[in-house]
Amino acid sequence: MITAVQKPFDEISEMVKGHDKLLILGCGSCVTVCMAGGEKEVGILASTLRLFNKQNNISMEIIEDTIERQCDREFFDAVKDKILRADAVLSMACGAGVQFCAEVFEGKRVLPALNTRFYGATEQQGIWSECCAGCGSCVLDKFGGICPIARCSKSLLNGPCGGSQEGKCEVDPENIDCGWQLIYDRMKSLGLLHKLEENEPINDWSTGRDGGPGKIIREDMVL
Amino acid sequence: MSELKAGTNLEKVFKAGHFAVTAELGPPKSADVEVINKKVQYLKGNVDAVNITDNQTAIVRMSSIAAGALVLQQGLEPVIQITCRDRNRIAIQSDVLGAYALGLKNILCLTGDHQKFGNHGTCKNVFDLDSIQLIQALKTMRDEKQFICGDEIKNSKKAPIVEPRILIGAAANPFADPFEFRVIRLAKKVNAGVDFIQTQCVYDMERFEEWMKQVRERGLHKQVKIMAGLTPLKAVGMAKYMRDNVAGLSVPDYYIDRLSGAEDAPAEGIKICVEQIKRLKEIEGVAGVHIMAIEWERRVPEIVEAAGLLPRP
Ligand code: SF4
Ligand code: SF4
Repeated sequence: MITAVQKPFDEISEMVKGHDKLLILGCGSCVTVCMAGGEKEVGILASTLRLFNKQNNISMEIIEDTIERQCDREFFDAVKDKILRADAVLSMACGAGVQFCAEVFEGKRVLPALNTRFYGATEQQGIWSECCAGCGSCVLDKFGGICPIARCSKSLLNGPCGGSQEGKCEVDPENIDCGWQLIYDRMKSLGLLHKLEENEPINDWSTGRDGGPGKIIREDMVL
Repeated sequence: MSELKAGTNLEKVFKAGHFAVTAELGPPKSADVEVINKKVQYLKGNVDAVNITDNQTAIVRMSSIAAGALVLQQGLEPVIQITCRDRNRIAIQSDVLGAYALGLKNILCLTGDHQKFGNHGTCKNVFDLDSIQLIQALKTMRDEKQFICGDEIKNSKKAPIVEPRILIGAAANPFADPFEFRVIRLAKKVNAGVDFIQTQCVYDMERFEEWMKQVRERGLHKQVKIMAGLTPLKAVGMAKYMRDNVAGLSVPDYYIDRLSGAEDAPAEGIKICVEQIKRLKEIEGVAGVHIMAIEWERRVPEIVEAAGLLPRP
């Protein structure tokens, strides 16, 4: 999923200032799963903002809603009227959802309530970690299913560097596992350690961000 | 028929079978050339070549190539460090051409410390290549006379090929984890075409010897010149700091005890370093020492002297 965390409240209250009618719009997909921008979080943010406005004598009508996804056009139909009537939309979707909402409702102010972080998985309740960097040319088959690009702080294809200590990465030994220790352990348990002796050639990064904004065109699907 | 790859002093010392000695020179955190001149005075004549660090620990310093050129002008041979942190393959290859044109012919390939450790923690990093790929790139430039993309190293179709003839170095850390993989990673560097290795500073001699044993079992010491890294300990505080804070470094307690018991801790630190050199000289496959006396370059001559490594060839 795409993970995100809510922006600091001060930043949000400053951002929405001056709008008389605000729609806080949640997203029912990834950000619901990582508990940052689903229906529940919309409710909490709306209450907090109402309280803040009351304490600061700010008059603002706050409307709440959540749609299934903000990165697909069809789901916006259900809230079209609310969006059109609002001065601004405070979107609790990921960065893609915020942008898409703004594109569908051209001329409408759409503001981000979240900081979008990474493609990750739920490590355990309340902990999410990055797993993929969307490099566009997946090499997981060579590394026992652990991504060196996303999970090594230096994206080393021939790791580990000299900073790997007791399974932890030098960059933040408290919180970050050394991706290369994980790869080593996994390859060892798979009986594939010899594969790591091969030199991984210089990478082609052009399939990812370095090739410019990504676009997928499926001729067989395009209408 | 010269078999020398780059023809540098360091390469000749290796070739002649001498026990090589290199040191480290950190360029200034300013444009102050005097800092370099002073350090050169301490080191010249006492070492075979000197590493010029590349913004080590991610702190902005004078460019390693510029500082290296200044060092060379004064008659001391530099080893230019290049990290993968700050430059992509275009910038690195361009710098290699430039370094060679300036007469800088030893290059040490490093991954580079993460920017988090330095004074610009909010910057973007590059890591387009890793250190092993950087070795491979330099070897391709020197031996295939080609850039990474496959183009020949010449200015135009009719122009002559003028490739950079570089002696290629790299680092190895026998003390990081996973220990069993450390020698494999060295083997990967050898396969990529490295000519010499300088290790992370050695304090735990037993672990280093264990690593060297693995190196010999794979016959790697015959394919690459391995120099053991050393950093003389100035004080107990420094020893403890290295033990507790530097990833991949273990400073055994008996060194710490010796330093805390000594009346003159710096002198004791130097004594320890000299003892280490003497022991390292006896290990099969160790081709030299690399003395990283951090901001303590002035004590390098007495270390080299006491270790019986003077005069240099
Ligand atoms: S190799 Fe690329 S696509 Fe595969 S997990 Fe890593 S970043 Fe994602
Ligand atoms: S310690 Fe491990 S995860 Fe961190 S940069 Fe080095 S190899 Fe990558």
